[in-house]
Parts: sequence; structure tokens; C-alpha cells
Amino acid sequence: MEFFHKATHFPFMHTRKIWYGLSAVLIVSSITLVAVHGLNLGVDFTGGVVVETNFPQAPNIEKLRTALAKADVKEAQVQAFGSSRDILVRLPPDPNVKGEQIGAHILEIFATVDSGVKLQQTAVVGPQVGQELFVKGAMALTATLVLILIYVLLRFTPKLALGAIFAVLHDPICVIGFFALSQMTFDLTAISAILAVIGYSLNDTVIVFDRIRERARTARKLSVLQVIDESINQTLSRTLMTKLVTLLVVVALLIFGGETLHGFSAALVIGILAGTYSSIYISSALALDLGLHTDDLLERKLMKPEEVDGMP
Amino acid sequence: MISYPRWKIVLVAVVLVLGFFLALPNLFGEENALQLARDRAAVSDTDRTAVLQILKDKRVTPTGAFLDQGRLTLRFASKQDQLKARDMIAEARPDQFTIALSQASRVPEWMRSLGLSPLKLGLDLRGGVYLVYQVDVQGAVKQEIDRHEQDFRASLRNARVPYQDVQVDYAQDRVRVLFRDADSFDKGKAAILSDNRNLNLTDVTVGGAPALQLVLTPQQIQQREDYAVQQNIVILRNRLNSPELAVSEPQVARQGVDRIAIQLPGLQNSAEVKKILGKTATLEFRMVDETNNPLEAASTGHVPLGSKLYYTRDKQPVLLKRDVVVTGDQLTDATFQPNTQDGAAVSVSLDSRGAAKMLKNTQENLGHLMAVVFIDRSREKNAQGVEVDHTTEEVINRATIRGVFSNSFQITGVNPIEGRELALLLRAGGLAAPLYSVEERAIGPTLGQDNINKGVNAMVFGMLAAFTFMAIYYKLFGLLADFVLAANVVLLTALLSLVGAALTLPGIAAVVLTVGMAVDANILIYERIREELRNGVSPRAAITAGFDRAFSAIADSNVTALIAGLVLWLFGSGPVRGFAVVLVLGIATSMFTSLMGSRALVQVIYGGRRKVDHLSI
Repeated sequence: MEFFHKATHFPFMHTRKIWYGLSAVLIVSSITLVAVHGLNLGVDFTGGVVVETNFPQAPNIEKLRTALAKADVKEAQVQAFGSSRDILVRLPPDPNVKGEQIGAHILEIFATVDSGVKLQQTAVVGPQVGQELFVKGAMALTATLVLILIYVLLRFTPKLALGAIFAVLHDPICVIGFFALSQMTFDLTAISAILAVIGYSLNDTVIVFDRIRERARTARKLSVLQVIDESINQTLSRTLMTKLVTLLVVVALLIFGGETLHGFSAALVIGILAGTYSSIYISSALALDLGLHTDDLLERKLMKPEEVDGMP
Repeated sequence: MISYPRWKIVLVAVVLVLGFFLALPNLFGEENALQLARDRAAVSDTDRTAVLQILKDKRVTPTGAFLDQGRLTLRFASKQDQLKARDMIAEARPDQFTIALSQASRVPEWMRSLGLSPLKLGLDLRGGVYLVYQVDVQGAVKQEIDRHEQDFRASLRNARVPYQDVQVDYAQDRVRVLFRDADSFDKGKAAILSDNRNLNLTDVTVGGAPALQLVLTPQQIQQREDYAVQQNIVILRNRLNSPELAVSEPQVARQGVDRIAIQLPGLQNSAEVKKILGKTATLEFRMVDETNNPLEAASTGHVPLGSKLYYTRDKQPVLLKRDVVVTGDQLTDATFQPNTQDGAAVSVSLDSRGAAKMLKNTQENLGHLMAVVFIDRSREKNAQGVEVDHTTEEVINRATIRGVFSNSFQITGVNPIEGRELALLLRAGGLAAPLYSVEERAIGPTLGQDNINKGVNAMVFGMLAAFTFMAIYYKLFGLLADFVLAANVVLLTALLSLVGAALTLPGIAAVVLTVGMAVDANILIYERIREELRNGVSPRAAITAGFDRAFSAIADSNVTALIAGLVLWLFGSGPVRGFAVVLVLGIATSMFTSLMGSRALVQVIYGGRRKVDHLSI
């Protein structure tokens, strides 16, 4: 079986203005969403208490809230997660709360509503630790971006590198925008997913660029625009096939991986989609508009002075 | 014929066989087990024989018994056997071992002796408790300064040198001894130096009078802080290994500069463990001031010189001498004796220094009263959120010295409920600096199993989808890719088992993701081969070109993922690090399997043929 038996000839570069517009909309709306909605930061970053419980039958959440209020547990957020039988309680950081006690305490309160309730998980994160984890996460993101930028700059000509850098920034912004939109919990696993997206989404761009360089060397008669269009078309089947297979496994994670991996797999799905799009439509187009020339792509410029003189 | 070096094929075969072998222990599953550990010592081979004999006499046969890292693990076919065996061992050898209920792999003895072990599961898959403690390193430095202050006072008192005051300034890390005149200054300095030779003292003038000053250097402070963290780690390990807390495979590790992370797999209720871990309890032995009236001192607030006011458990005031006879750190052993003729007691052994002091003291003070002071330091936040050091000092026992003793004796009058805990704390040693909990995660065992099931399901379905797709889309080459992908998962499992990295739920996600990335490399190669074929190149040349040309693209595209993985490895902790480890190792194995593995496979299939007309791709 083969989806791309004949070589494709999509004129990607001609429509690039449209895709720039789309990317601009994506980025601006992502940033606006984060600014307006904010991210639903997980307990990893805010500090506080999370208690996860499991009920034999779906409980009435309102009843649970009243029970907590009666027992003087203040500022508790009660919500179902995953299934309606799994109830999560989140409390703001409180220096006097001790993990082993709060878990048992909440279980006791919930047992008055349904005695079959079980304690699944408790996490108590001090506010200081939360802040540190947040800073660490941000540092990890920055470090990865900087290292990848250095790598790209070393590996490609500056104009291509700039295109790649834009693609690298584009994808995680879309993922973060998605988190702001869906209000999914943004925690440490979400950060690892974003890092994986950064590492992985550049992959397509690198492969397209690799091809552009190769084509520029072998087909010297073509213009840059033609080289880019041909290269993207030639690598298109590979790009789409790999992304399809990766999406298959990541969607399996999303469906079967359970609540813990939900945000993680969702981030990967969005990241892979954004990455595929940006590597096809954006990164090379940007390089082109930055004034990429075939000469930039030839590693050794074997131009002799006479040839330069002979040019009109 | 397509040429490909034979040694590469051999290498691939060897690595695959080795990988399969290393991954093998993961197929055996787990069964109920007991873990026996000994307080502050390794369980020996003789212990093993003895324990097996006990079980044999009672007709309970373990399915396996092995020593690992000083712990004896006994496996049992059923839960009943496990529980029966625990009771038997505890009965036959009371208080000798810590007996913890756990799970152990069914890996046969010969594999284990070769060093082959299954994957370790992270807490999110196994269930358990994760604790992070902050070590109060500043408190440790304060203690150091306090110790100098007390030493100086003692030296001056012993040498009978008059002095004005010994002042402590924590903010400046400084202790100053103020004298009245030059004469007492000289004598005082000589007295202090003769007791502590290595001190770096400076002469200063404070308010016109001579003074002696000790300022801790930044190196000394750092050393002290490091020591406090290291020492606390040792003590926490000791406490976790004591028979009173039956914890299996506790892990204690330093995290960052001043934190200690503790993993307690399988532990359900952390309350008891936490209570013991955070305690900074220690003992002091002091002589009772029998000449002054403690009630008067308590009511007037005027404490006679050389004495200090304490209270007993039932709030009775007691005056004790300022000089400490023996402190808790000179204790070498402590055991709880629930039934002595004087009620519950703790028998105590002292080290040689403590023994010598105790001997001298009991000789000099025969017939006088000696008191045992229980000191518990803790740090808590008050209503305003300000941290307050909380020290409880209680006189738990006063007794007349009836005979001369030195290195071992009994403390009577302990509360029978607390006696056991006290013995544990004394034996494990006092913490070098107070601790307080900053992070705590507890994962229930059902959730752990649930996570495993979900992770495995996601992996199976994800891989199945990818495999089917590849086989349909690339035919024979797709099947080859599937084989290579499966080999990749085996190699990854082998590598993870070998390094002993714990597998977490995000780690399983990384395995799935690795499969996706390894597919990517194969697709890259196959698409290239197809492209070459489309360009009219012969099948043989297409294979060679496909692999060769795809190499740089594969290498390039993996570098960026590798960078992200390594950064995560450095910055992450817990499950996130688990993800990073698998990601990085997975990139390595997928590069190997797709570039060398599938090339070798193609070579085996097509390489020997004289003529290749058609590729099944």
C-alpha cells in the first residue's frame, strides 16, 4: 500500500501568506488565552494538598462539599476526575496541615457520605517547593530551547536556523495555549510533554532542511523556491506517515493511559499536530522570506572571481 | 550481492541475544515475600540458614531465599504462608530482625546470582510514600556555635578563671568571651586552647576590655552544613532500618543542597514513620542540685548559679547541675525492656568516653541523685506562619546512684508506651539538625496496580496499531520494522533493568513514545528506498542508498530529542526523571535497532540473493 505513489507537487510556498496568518492567529490567541484565562497550575507548582479518593458508586459532589464545609475544611475544591467515581479534593497550602492526617481526615468525612470510599493518593507540597519546581520547570524549558537553538545554529545556515527556531517556539506556545483553553491541570508531566514536543517537533523541520540542502547541491538550476517546494513534497509522505504512526501510539496513551497521563498525552497530540504543520508550512517559508539563497545552502562556495565578473 | 560487513550482523545478533537475556527476569512476575533486615548490620548467611531451619521445623517452605544488600528476602507461594512465616520468625527470634511484608520477583536463583534483576517500579506504579525533608542547616550551625559557647564556659570554669560573659551572635557566626582584665584574659585563653587545640581564636577589645573571639569561617559553616545533611541521612537510614518500623527497601538520598528525599515503597500509613523520622530526641544525664530548693527557684524565677531549672513529666520543678555527665551521642545502644522489676526500662550502653565519664561521676557521687533529661526538638510554624523552634526538655527519671557503673546500665521510670520509641531514637542517634517536611506524596497500592494496567494497555494498543499499520503499508519491510521495533522494546527493557532505573508511569509513556520515534527512523529509511526505486534505481542500490542517505537525517532529528531528554534528566525528579531516563535510553536503542538492526535484517533476507528484482516495500 502506498498513499503517495506519485511524487506530489503541492505549491506550499505560494500559499505561505495564508499559513503565516494562521500561525499568527494561533500564537496571538494562545498568548491571550494564557494572559486572560491563565493556566490551571497543578499542586506541583502552587503548593498545597491534593487528596484523591475512589467511590464504589458515583457520589453526589454537592453532598461531599457540604460534608467538608460542615467539618470545617475550608477552601476545598472538590471535583471528579477521570470517572465520576474518582473524586479529587484540592486544598490551598497550609503550613499546619500534615499529609498523613489530611488524607485520613478527608476520607473520614467522605465516609459519612459513602462508607465504601477508598483513599487513592495524597500529595502535600510545601509552597516553597512548589515555587522551586515551577522555577525548575521554567529553567528546563529555557535550557532546552537555548541548547536546541545552539545546535540548529551550528548545523544550518543562519536563515534556515531562524526558520527552525520559529518553528520550535511556535509549537510549545500552541500547547500552552491549549492548556489555557482547556484548563487542564498544568503540572510537571505537562512540562515534560512540552519538552518532548520541542525535541520531537524540530525533527521534521530538520529532515526537510536536510533535504533542502541536498537538493540545492544536486539540482543547481532550480530557484530556492523550487528547491524548497520540491524538498517538502519529497519528504511529505515520510513526514505524514511518521506523524500518523506516532499519533496512533500517543492517542492510545490518551485513551488508555488514565487520568495521570491525560494532560501529558493531550500535550503530545497538540504538539505533534502543531509540529507537523509548522515544519511543512512555516519554517522553510520563513527562511525563504528571510532571503535564503541557494548560495547559503552550498557548504563550500566554489565561485571563482571570473564567474562573478561574468555575471550581468 | 549487497555488501554489508559481516561483523555488524554478528554484533546485532549478539546485542539482541544479550538484551533478551537481560530483559528475561521481567517475565517471572512477583509473589508474596518477607524482607528481613537487621538493625545497623547486614543479615548474614548463617542467619539465612537459621531462619530457614526455623521455617523448616514448622513446615513452612519458602519458594526462594536470597540475600541482597544486607537484607534477606523470603518468597512464599501464598499470602497465608507469608503471614505464618512472619509470626514464626518473630516468635523464634524476637527483636532480632525487622520483618517487612513485601513483594519479590520469582526470578530463579541462578539468574539472580548472575546479577540479572527485573525492572524496578517507581512509587507511582508500586504504591508507597515519598517524603522530602528540609534539613535546617542554619540550625546546625547554631548548634555548633552553642557547643563552642558551652565548651568555653566549661574550660573557664574548670580552670577557675573569672570571666565577664560568653556572648553568642548567630548572625555573625561568632562567639566572644569577655574578660575583665589582661591577666584573666591570658589565663582564660590558655585554658580554652588547652581544651580545644585547633581553634582559630582572635584577640579583640570589646568596650575597652580584652576579649577572645571565635568566628566560623565560610568553609567551616559549609562543612558543618554538609555534615548535618550527611549525618541526618545516616540517621534516617538507621531509623528506617530498625525493627520497630517494618519498612521494606527504604531509599534515602540527598536532594539538592539541604534536602533529603525518602522513598518508602509499599508503605501504606506514613503517620508512624513520619513521627519517628522527624524526631530529634536525645538524652542527657545530669546530677541533681540537692542543696537548693527547686520550688523556690520555680516560684521566684531565680535559679542558683551553676544550676538549671527543669520540670518532670508531672510538672514538678527540679534543679539540675549545669554540667552534663553524659549526652545522647555517647550512647552506643539502647534496648527496651518492658518487664523489669522496676517496671518498663531502657537498657543503655555507652561508648568509652561516656563510660569513663560515667564511671568517674558514679564514683564521686555515690548515694546522690542523678537525673535523665529527655530532649525533643521540633520546628513548627505558629499561627502567623513563623517558624518556631520548639524544645521540650523533661526530666524522665531521677534515681539515687546505688553503685559504681560505667558502660552499661538501665534507665527506669520510662513510660511503657514511649519506651520502645525512645530506645529506637536513642539507638539510631540524634539528628544533627532539625528536619521538617516540605513535600509528601502517598500513592495507594490499588492506584499503583491501576497505573500499571493503564500503562500496559496503552503500550499494547499503541504498539499494536503501529505494528499493523507498518505491516500493511510497507509489507515485508513493514514486518521487518515491526520485528525491529519489538527488539527495540526488549533492548530498552534490558537497559533499564541493567541500570536499575525505576520505571514510572511517565516512563511507560516514554516507552510508547520511543516506539513512535523508532518507527520514524524506519519510515525515513523505507520512504527513501521507495523514492530511489521510483527514480529507477535498482533494488540493491536502493537499499544501500536508503540506509546511507537516511542516516544523517535520523541522527540529526534524534539529537534534538536527545537534548530535551538530557535536560529533563538533569532538572527533573521523581516520575519526570523516570520519563527522561526512558526517553534518552530509548533514543539510543532506537538508533541502534533502526540503523544497524534493520539493515542487518535486510541483509540477511536480500543480501545472499544473486538477483533482487523486486522489494516487498
